[in-house]
Amino acid sequence: MTPAGTGAEDVLGAGSMNGSAPPDGTVLEVEGLTVGFPSDEGLVRAVRGVSYTLRGGEVLGIVGESGSGKSVTSLAVMGLLPGNAQVTGSVRFRGQELVGASDATMTKIRGRRVAMIFQDPMTSLNPVYTVGFQIAETLLAHHDMTKAAALDRAAELLDTVRIPNARARLDSYPHELSGGMRQRVVIAIAMANDPDVIIADEPTTALDVTVQAQIMDALDVARRATGAAMVLITHDLGVIAGQADRVMVMYAGKPVESGTAEDIFYTPRMPYTLGLLGSLPRLDRASARLTPIPGAPPSVVNMPPGCPFSPRCPIAQPVCDETEPELTPTTSAEHTAACHFSAELAGREAHELFETTVSDADALAEFVRETEDQSS
Amino acid sequence: MTTTPDAPAAAPPVLSVRNLVKHFPVRSRGLVRRQVGVVHAVCGVSFDLAERETLGLVGESGSGKSTTARALLNLQPATSGEVFYRGRELTRLSRGEMRALRRDLQIVFQDPYASLDPRLPVNEIVAEPLRIHGLYGDEGRTVVRDLLRTVGLKPEHGNRYPHEFSGGQRQRIGIARALALRPKVLVLDEPVSALDVSIQAGVLNLLDELQDELGLSYLFVSHDLSVVRHIADRIAVMYLGRIVETGTAEQLFASAAHPYTQALISAIPLPDPRKERARERITVVGDMPSPVNPPSGCRFRTRCPKFADELTEAERQVCVDDNPALVDRGQGHPAACHYAESRTLL
Repeated sequence: MTPAGTGAEDVLGAGSMNGSAPPDGTVLEVEGLTVGFPSDEGLVRAVRGVSYTLRGGEVLGIVGESGSGKSVTSLAVMGLLPGNAQVTGSVRFRGQELVGASDATMTKIRGRRVAMIFQDPMTSLNPVYTVGFQIAETLLAHHDMTKAAALDRAAELLDTVRIPNARARLDSYPHELSGGMRQRVVIAIAMANDPDVIIADEPTTALDVTVQAQIMDALDVARRATGAAMVLITHDLGVIAGQADRVMVMYAGKPVESGTAEDIFYTPRMPYTLGLLGSLPRLDRASARLTPIPGAPPSVVNMPPGCPFSPRCPIAQPVCDETEPELTPTTSAEHTAACHFSAELAGREAHELFETTVSDADALAEFVRETEDQSS
Repeated sequence: MTTTPDAPAAAPPVLSVRNLVKHFPVRSRGLVRRQVGVVHAVCGVSFDLAERETLGLVGESGSGKSTTARALLNLQPATSGEVFYRGRELTRLSRGEMRALRRDLQIVFQDPYASLDPRLPVNEIVAEPLRIHGLYGDEGRTVVRDLLRTVGLKPEHGNRYPHEFSGGQRQRIGIARALALRPKVLVLDEPVSALDVSIQAGVLNLLDELQDELGLSYLFVSHDLSVVRHIADRIAVMYLGRIVETGTAEQLFASAAHPYTQALISAIPLPDPRKERARERITVVGDMPSPVNPPSGCRFRTRCPKFADELTEAERQVCVDDNPALVDRGQGHPAACHYAESRTLL
C-alpha cells in the first residue's frame, strides 16, 4: 500500500524540475511528499508525491479543484496533520528537515519562520480573546519582550494591514469584526514574527469579491514588509494569475503541470490545465463556448494504474492507462507537465479538444415531443 | 420612483417586477419579542424579463438578490410591490391559484446537497412535480427517463438516491426536476456556486442548450460577475436592496457607469497574468453596511470612491439627501448614481 514505484519516480521527476543543488535563497524544499490516511476502504492517498522549491521572496501558486490534495500538502509541510496521517518524503526549511521533527523543533519554526493563513478567519481566531491579546501572544511566544511592547507592536501590525483605528481595535473580539477585518487580523498575526515563508490556504475564498481585493492588497503589504516568500493555495485561477510567479497545478494528489504563470496560462501542456482554463467563464471577453471536463476526479482510494486524468482526457491513448506519466520538461526546463502527449497540445485551444455540448439532443427532442400538449 | 430597464424586444415581457419590497422584522429577545427594527432586504426593485431572455441579477452577500428571487415566486410573500407573469399579478394570489402558476415558474436552488429530498430515488424526485400536477399518466416513466438523459444522466441510475451522486450531477437532477412541467421561466439561484469550475462549465452549457430548445426565460441570480457575463443577455447589479445599474452585458462591461459596478468589475481577478497585472483598479473600502440601518440617500456613498475622492461638499450633500433614481444619465443605460460616468475597465 506504499506508493512504491510511482513514489520513487516522482522524486526523480521532481529533481529535474528543481535542479541538482538547492540554489542560494531557497527557503523551502519539498521532495517526494506523500500523505496517506488509513480508512475502512484502504489507504486514502491524498498526496502522492509532491516536490517543489520555494525561493526567497517569490510567490508559488498551487491550484487545483476540491480533493486535489493542495491543502493537505501544506498541512503536511506545517506538521499540522492528525496523528493517523502517514507522511513520507522530505520537507526542508532552510536545509532543516521537518518531516518527523520533534514538537519542540516544529514549535520554534511554526508561527516564527513559517506562518500560515487559513480560509476561515472565524475558526483560526480564538473567539474568547481580544484581537490584541492574540497578536501579542504570537509575539511573546517567540520573543523576549514586555506585554506593553507587544501590544504596541500589535497596534502597528493592525495599522500595516490597514485596519482603521488600530489602537482601539486591539480590545475588539473577533465576532465584533467583519469577515474581511478578521482576515486582516489573521494576516497581522502571520506577519508578526517576520516569517520567511507565509502559506496562505484559500485566504479569500469565504469573502465577497470587493473584500477579496482588499485582502489580497493586505497580503501584498505583509509580504513586502516581511520579505517573506509565499505559497498561495487557491482554486481561483484569476487570483493565481495576479499573484503567482510560479504555478503548480495539482490533480488527484500530484502536480500535473508546473511552470511560470505565463507558461501555465498561455502555453499549457497538460490536457487538464487546458480544460480548466477553457471551462472558466471570462469577464474580459464575450462568451465563447466553455469546455467542461467530462466525468469527475478519481477516488484516491485504490487508484488504478496509469494517468489519473486518463478517463476524462480527450487525447488519452492505451498507454495512459498503463503508465502514470512523470513531470517532464516541455517548452522549457522549468515548464514541466505530466502527460505522455504534451507535445500534441502545442497551439491547440481547449474547444478543439473538449466536447462543449453536454445535453443529449435526441433525449431532449423526445422530451419536447412527449410534453408538447403540456406546454401549450 | 425607478424606471425599468427596457426589454430588448417589442414583445411584452414574460415577467415584470414593479417596486418589489421585502422587509423582515427584527424582534427583541425574550417573551414579548417586540419588533425593534426592520431588515431592508429588498427596496423597490423593478425589472422585466423577456421571452427566451436571460437576466443576470448580480450582487454580493446581503445585496438582496436571492430575496428578490424568492419574493417574486411568492416563496416568501413580498412586503409590497407587484409581480406580473404574462399580465397576471402574482403577489396577491391564493396558494391554490399560485400552485397552478408554478407549472410555468420554476426555481433551481444553490445547494444541490440540501435541495433534493434524500429519501427519494432520483426517478421520484423528477416525477414528483408531474404527479402533483396530475400529469404523470402513462407516459410519465418515459418523460422522466428522457429528462434524465437530456441533462446527461444515465436513466438506469434513476433508482439511486441523491447521496450517490456528485455535486454537479445533483445540480443536473435539480434542473431535470425543474424542467419536468415544461416551465416558461426558470429562476436560477446561484446554481453553479457550489461547484468546481470544470463541473460548473458543464451545467452552464447545459442551461444554454436547454434555453435554446425549450424557449426558456432565465432569471440568473449570482455573485459571480464572470458567470453572469457568460450566460446573461442583460444584467442588473444590486447593492443593499436596490438595483444600482442595469443594461445589456455588452453595455455594462464596455461602459460601467455606477461606481459600485466599476469597483465590482475591477475587483474580479482575470485568469490572464499579463492583463491582470496591468489593470487599473477602482477599489472600495470597508464592508457593506447593515441592511437594518442602511445609509440615507445613496446607499453606496459610505464606500464610494467617487464620493470620497472626487465630489465637492455640495455634491456630496446630494448623495446624502437624495436616493438616486435608476435612469439613463447619458451613458446609454440606466445607473442609480447622481454623478454617473462611463468607464472602460477591461
